Amino acid sequence: MSTSLNAWSDALSGFSPAGLPLGLLIIAAIPLVFIALYALTYGVYGERKISAFMQDRLGPMEVGKWGILQTLADILKLLQKEDIVNKEADKFLFVIGPGVLFVGAFLAFAVLPFGPAFIGADLNVGLFYAIGIVALEVVGILAAGWGSNNKWALYGAIRSVAQIVSYEIPAAIAILCGAMMAGTLGMQQIILQQQGEYGFLHYFLFQNPIAWLPFLIYFISSLAETNRAPFDIPEAESELVAGYFTEYTGMKFAVIFLAEYGSMFMVSAIISIVFLGGWASPLPNIGALALNDWTSGPLWGAFWIVMKGFFFIFIQMWLRWTLPRLRVDQLMHLCWKVLTPFAFVAFVLTAVWEIYVK
Amino acid sequence: MSEYFRDIASGVTTVLTGMGITLRHFFNAVKRKGDAGIDDDNYFRQVDGLVTLQYPREVIPTPEIGRYRLYNDIDDCIGCSQCVRACPVECIEIETIKVTKDDLAVCGKTSDGQQKRFWIPVFDIDLAKCMTCGICSSVCPTDCLYHTQVSDFSEFSRENMIYHFGNLTKLEAEAKRKKLEEEKKAAPKPKPKPKPKPKPVPKAAPGGAEG
Repeated sequence: MSTSLNAWSDALSGFSPAGLPLGLLIIAAIPLVFIALYALTYGVYGERKISAFMQDRLGPMEVGKWGILQTLADILKLLQKEDIVNKEADKFLFVIGPGVLFVGAFLAFAVLPFGPAFIGADLNVGLFYAIGIVALEVVGILAAGWGSNNKWALYGAIRSVAQIVSYEIPAAIAILCGAMMAGTLGMQQIILQQQGEYGFLHYFLFQNPIAWLPFLIYFISSLAETNRAPFDIPEAESELVAGYFTEYTGMKFAVIFLAEYGSMFMVSAIISIVFLGGWASPLPNIGALALNDWTSGPLWGAFWIVMKGFFFIFIQMWLRWTLPRLRVDQLMHLCWKVLTPFAFVAFVLTAVWEIYVK
Repeated sequence: MSEYFRDIASGVTTVLTGMGITLRHFFNAVKRKGDAGIDDDNYFRQVDGLVTLQYPREVIPTPEIGRYRLYNDIDDCIGCSQCVRACPVECIEIETIKVTKDDLAVCGKTSDGQQKRFWIPVFDIDLAKCMTCGICSSVCPTDCLYHTQVSDFSEFSRENMIYHFGNLTKLEAEAKRKKLEEEKKAAPKPKPKPKPKPKPVPKAAPGGAEG
């Protein structure tokens, strides 16, 4: 399996008619197409529908059957909006802010394996790269907030930077627990170790009695890193209008939105790769019913990781429409006094388990 | 230290409780909330399900005793102008022409048998002004002026909010006025109230929307 692991992507990258590396472009375009489709239709539409159902409403119902084309109508509207750059803004920072933000969210997609054969770059430090490159978002947020020359935007950016930098510590330590269990930082290797005939029982979450602790810690921290509720103080509507993107209009606003939904999927994919086996099928082989063998393969792999990602996105939305926003001090209390100590405890316990028990 | 763990425990349990509540609502979104009123015994038990009403396609019927769009049944109107005097916002405009003797039969009677003595070329209700207080309908002697159950009658232009209920066209009104003048000239002594009405032309043709 592992020898033919990247056979498809190798073949694609070798595809270069007339000396042009078209195959490489196609590989890079796969996640781009995916993120665009996902973020445009399922992300925003799903968020609106889920929030509506949780609040006993119907959500978008007018454009298309059950409002399914509402997001496309919104995109068309955003395309027609005037692109306003306010007079006192720092033009350069204001313009590159959304771009950096989007690139930061999108770069991590390079190392996300969408199945045994689909991976942009199978780095041996893939996990490290993923959690490292996401920090680039901070630069984009700060550029957007500072460049706007607006007190709300600046407050939002400052809060966001403080929050993301803080929450990277418990998140990184929790991810490190997963890396310890796998003994590698390569995404494909991590998943391969969670693949087997018993399906979900091979997942790291069920391989280790304390794996649920780093799993929970990473999930909570990932909410904060993507600025999702209940950690959405950077864009707190009730106090900061819209936080760091207060001044943005039209397609720049859409790009910021796209980055948010892109990074939502990215953290969901990372948590499912590290703790829930990524593209590995959760179904076990039961005697003659070789469910696991039947549901494995390149396309099934893409299906499973997308499904797992959507599952976590649903939980993110579920939390968002359940919990009120945390105060700034509560946020920092949760990060430094609760999540970080528990992350260290989980780290030590995982190490003890891996060395002495397993 | 124990308070620290108690806080964490209460945080976890309250989050889970809240998530349970929202998940219940999420799965109940396949149902519609019942339409039991406040006087129904079941009112507080029908808490779950969608409450959104997709308005133009679904409407809650307005109550029968509700006061919405004002309507004048001009066939029963005797032109007494009491509604005009009663209206606090002056939204009713009326113009009457006395019926000449030979026209009394043509003008007819109200549905309860009262002889109508006035032509009403103009009976305009400006529903943009009307505040549906219902005073006009309470003073109406023939109960021809009343509020209907129609609640949605928005318009794109303010002029369209003026509803015309008059029962004569401009030409007919002109003819009736002339006829009245001739009768007055022919009469031996001038009547005490010769119905001056200097306003030359009623401003709009009758017709307008029905109630």
